[in-house]
Amino acid sequence: MDAFINSFVIPGVIIVAQSLLVLVLLLLVTAYILYADRKIFAAVQMRRGPNVVGPWGLLQSFADLLKFVLKEPIIPASASKVVYVLAPVVSAVLALATWAVIPFDEGWVIADINLGILFIFAISSLEVYGVIMGGWASNSKYAFLAALRSAAQMVSYEVSIGFVLITVLLCVGSLNMTDIVLAQQDGVGTMIGLSPSFLDWHWLPLFPMFIVFYISAIAETNRPPFDLPEAESELVAGHMVEYSSTLFLLFFLGEFVAIQLMCALVTLLFLGGWLPPFEHWLIDWVPGIVWFLLKALFVFFTMAMVRSIVPRYRYDQLMRLGWKVFLPLSLGMVVVVAGVLQYMGWAS
Amino acid sequence: MILTAIFFYLFSGIAIASAFMVISSRNPVHSVLFLILAFVNAACLFIMAGAEFLGLLLIVVYVGAVAVLFLFVVMMLDVDFAELRRGYLQYMPVGALVGLIVLAELLMVVGGWVTSPTATGSVASPIPDMADVSNIEAIGNVLYTRYVYFFQLAGLILLVAMVGAIVLTLRHKENVRRQDINVQVARDPKTAIEVRKVESGKGI
Repeated sequence: MDAFINSFVIPGVIIVAQSLLVLVLLLLVTAYILYADRKIFAAVQMRRGPNVVGPWGLLQSFADLLKFVLKEPIIPASASKVVYVLAPVVSAVLALATWAVIPFDEGWVIADINLGILFIFAISSLEVYGVIMGGWASNSKYAFLAALRSAAQMVSYEVSIGFVLITVLLCVGSLNMTDIVLAQQDGVGTMIGLSPSFLDWHWLPLFPMFIVFYISAIAETNRPPFDLPEAESELVAGHMVEYSSTLFLLFFLGEFVAIQLMCALVTLLFLGGWLPPFEHWLIDWVPGIVWFLLKALFVFFTMAMVRSIVPRYRYDQLMRLGWKVFLPLSLGMVVVVAGVLQYMGWAS
Repeated sequence: MILTAIFFYLFSGIAIASAFMVISSRNPVHSVLFLILAFVNAACLFIMAGAEFLGLLLIVVYVGAVAVLFLFVVMMLDVDFAELRRGYLQYMPVGALVGLIVLAELLMVVGGWVTSPTATGSVASPIPDMADVSNIEAIGNVLYTRYVYFFQLAGLILLVAMVGAIVLTLRHKENVRRQDINVQVARDPKTAIEVRKVESGKGI
């Protein structure tokens, strides 16, 4: 019995506690990321944004949350009820599940599995089901069309994301998220004799891939300028037209957690994760998680700026970009990177 | 390992139940959703058996890509399943034959394990111990050396199938106005805008 408690119960309790901690932090960050998104959007358009609930509108997201939870959930009479209720749950749970393998600092990760990046890729390829199921189960033309559009878009951009991940993996020689960050400790910068700095991270040698991944991340999460599934001018609100109250909230949560995941992935794969930008005694004491958060928030800020200053793509342009530009480019880069690694003898 | 056993029966039970629901549910979309559930549970079983790479790949390829296309087709086409069920008895013998063959093969494999437990060790390339190499490395080592021609051949077959599907559906209509993105991007104010002085009372 003691062995059972030591090997199952205690680790189980620890894992549950860690997961709860990450979940609560993630939800808090989501609330403020939502607020930041609206504030940045407002500032670009010279408006004031949310400013009524709490000082500077800081409690706006919580007011929205309460409103969503307290409203009555409406299920259309002709909807396929089980699938209708399941769709937002699937989309929120899958978005949250990926955070199990994201390292916030060296060793600060719930599950340090060997195939971490493949796990993230597998789970995020499932996220399309939330959208399809929601759109189909609503039994509404707008929702269905939007779901088809959105699914086509997510599947298309997943292909180029996959190839970008492969190039990064070729450079690292491991699929473990921690290894991917640690491999960025030395790179271009140390090769020309500098101390470890931001020049070593993958964004410099893999610059085209960095751009492809950044744009694909925006398209994958259906953010503007690729928010065609939600194009309110033509499809009202996409696959969530029929959803209300808590079910809508879950969709919304899933979407924003997926956006944060993409910001975290850009940070981990290309911007050195928790590594400091340069080595200096002034900033040596700063814990890694601070760098990780700062970088991820910076990536989110740039995505919010893209959202507010770039006009929406047309659907055929979006597909062209995905299949005719990004796919050949990323496939070519896989070949080039593999060749360079092999002939320079850098392959690990 | 009671916990392992519990999870094994959980995953395999759900997989079998959802496989049964695939053929018994009336709504084709529900069938595909159950198929996806079966895939996910099969992937979980792979992961439990120590083949994490295969399990995750099953999710990426089958659930993330193939099943999405299934779902697309089933949703878009108005498949009348009552019509499809009409030939049920006619096709029954063929289906039963396929089922029997699969059953016999499975029995032979499992029976082989029981009658000669050392048989798995004598295959062409022995399965390395999990402690020595990671799963992905072990697959790569055989896939790209011993089986490289089969691997390339499988890729070629898929490529041919893809090209064939595109050729069958590609139609070039002559009198359709197409979007040429290069022409669109190459336009600038000089070629696109003309400023004219319009006299009042007259049009252009």
